[in-house]
Amino acid sequence: MTDELHSRLRESATFPRHVIAEIQRAAREGIYDIRGFGAKRRVPDFDDLLFLGASMSRYPLEGYREKCDTSVTLGTRFAKKPIELKIPITIAGMSFGALSAQAKEALGRGASTMGTSTTTGDGGMTPEERGHSNLLVYQYLPSRYGMNPADLRKADAIEIVVGQGAKPGGGGMLLGVKISERVAGMRDLPEGIDQRSACRHPDWTGPDDLEIKINELREITDWEKPIYAKIGASRPYYDTALAVKSGADVVVLDGMQGGTAATQDVFIEHVGIPTLPAIRMAVDALKELDMHRKVQLVVSGGIRSGADVAKALAMGADAVSIGTAALIALGDNSPEHEEEYRKLGTSAGYYDDWQDGRDPAGICTQDPELAARLDPELGGRRLANYLSCLTLETQTLARACGKSHVHNLEPEDMVALTVEAAAMARVPLAGTEWIPGHGY
Amino acid sequence: MPADQQDIDARLATYEFTNSQLLRNYSGGRTTRAMQTIDLATQGIRELNQLLHQTNATDDIVVSNPGGKHSVAVGAMVPVTVTVQGHVGYYCAGMNADAQILVDGNAGPGLAENMMSGVVRVSGDASQYCAATSHGGLIVVEGNAAARCGISMKGSDIVVGGSVGHMSAFMAQKGRLVVCGDAGDALGDSIYEARLYVRGSVASTGADCVQKEMRAEHIEELEGLLQSAKISGCKAKDFKRYGSARSLYHFSIDNANAY
Repeated sequence: MTDELHSRLRESATFPRHVIAEIQRAAREGIYDIRGFGAKRRVPDFDDLLFLGASMSRYPLEGYREKCDTSVTLGTRFAKKPIELKIPITIAGMSFGALSAQAKEALGRGASTMGTSTTTGDGGMTPEERGHSNLLVYQYLPSRYGMNPADLRKADAIEIVVGQGAKPGGGGMLLGVKISERVAGMRDLPEGIDQRSACRHPDWTGPDDLEIKINELREITDWEKPIYAKIGASRPYYDTALAVKSGADVVVLDGMQGGTAATQDVFIEHVGIPTLPAIRMAVDALKELDMHRKVQLVVSGGIRSGADVAKALAMGADAVSIGTAALIALGDNSPEHEEEYRKLGTSAGYYDDWQDGRDPAGICTQDPELAARLDPELGGRRLANYLSCLTLETQTLARACGKSHVHNLEPEDMVALTVEAAAMARVPLAGTEWIPGHGY
Repeated sequence: MPADQQDIDARLATYEFTNSQLLRNYSGGRTTRAMQTIDLATQGIRELNQLLHQTNATDDIVVSNPGGKHSVAVGAMVPVTVTVQGHVGYYCAGMNADAQILVDGNAGPGLAENMMSGVVRVSGDASQYCAATSHGGLIVVEGNAAARCGISMKGSDIVVGGSVGHMSAFMAQKGRLVVCGDAGDALGDSIYEARLYVRGSVASTGADCVQKEMRAEHIEELEGLLQSAKISGCKAKDFKRYGSARSLYHFSIDNANAY
């Protein structure tokens, strides 16, 4: 576009180019857009918070000398064998099926190198994943694809998935192009057909049933494994309280920025609440029940940096979980595949068609040739590097606030840059004592 | 008693069996072994389930006074016989592998959920989600099963002496469901490759579930299932077969009205 045109034309705020393109696409295809990734809209997030750092009233810790502990124990409430993590960052549930076996192996390798856990997904547990994950959380999903007691006993923890941040209240659809012979066999379905993942569990409804279900799983696994309940952030105050009431050891809270392998765009962008307010609401519930730090809180949905980790912990989380960022660390959306992204009508940094099995990075695919592009060892090293960086950044910020353990970070260490973030995170607007909704 | 219940009871009465007789008859070809008794009036569920998780366990178990307790005999992993003398609550025989679990009474929700193998038999009725997501083995309910019987089943065989409630075999993937009585609304909604045999009426079929031809191999298959389930009062030729029309296997906007 020429400078002359640029200065003369005005784009509509109501109908910007991407909205116009979507209307044109819908008119052409007659069906909603299904895609992967997470919410792309701007929502109040961790970037809207700042740490205050130490000052006259607080001592900082020496960055390269004084210890800042990052260890976390999950599942201390009922489980005989709680999970001991060296870092407060875990890998979120992602299925074999949505991801290649190589990608699952790489996630396991990277997480194990850093002393943290990875998580299965819809579709069951693969030997590659179990073999390369020192700590593996086994998801218990509505579809129960691949669910069996032998794998349940091999797991280090069990995560009952009630909801997901990208689509609270929604199920899933793995398109037939990704249902290879192996994926189909694990899910007891014919090869090549679209397969639905149910949005509700088939054998329990509501928190009273969930309590009985959790008890059954504990009985089957002899009360050894921590049992997590994963909720999509919609009503986190009530859902957290009900998860605690149901007997969960750990609550996993996934905000609306959380990723997905395949969901309608309208669902991703318009259902659920951001991670930022969800954390405070969940922590409120835990504190009111005197369960904060007794039932651990793991937060996910849009965690990208050590700053995000530190801010989530300061708001009361015990650990965080990453999915989208972990895939990017493996090589997703890398510029090295730009030529192929262009052939798919997209570009590095924008690629979100994780559902269609043609991922040039070989991560979100079951195509053997594409999947072979990802070297699990190299991918694992990249993920470990990234996790190491996140941990160092988290420690840097914690030490600056004078904390010898990352869990000692607290809301009082932070201020907000916007009124919205101040209200949601319940920290004062920078330069004021004002927390909207809570007076001065 | 409602008229339809009277019909069901009358039909059940023609099956030439009684509950206690069936339990006595059901030996499964196993030899008599040493027996342990767990009295749930004085002992905990934990004691029972721990016994079933010992891979070297060989003793059969009699469970007395179950009192509607939940998670009775879950996660069994040994080929022993567990006889439960009374009613059980949620998830009895959940994730069973190899064991033969006989309940002389009624079962609450989620009987034999996600069962892998073995046999589960209930002399009375079973509540909702019976045999949900079950992968293998044989589940027999001599009475009726409530809503969502065989929901998302993945390879098991389920035989119900009476009727099943609405949404039974919802998203059923693999395996066989036999209903000697009637089926409620939306039978087999969004079904994949499971086969459904119903002797009585079907209130309605769900999305993509259709009646199919009963060929010789299906008669033979059904006779085998009825024989395995030791239900002798029904004739295979009186059943109708239902399964997937396979028209919704690939998502298409043209099918939007079917959902």
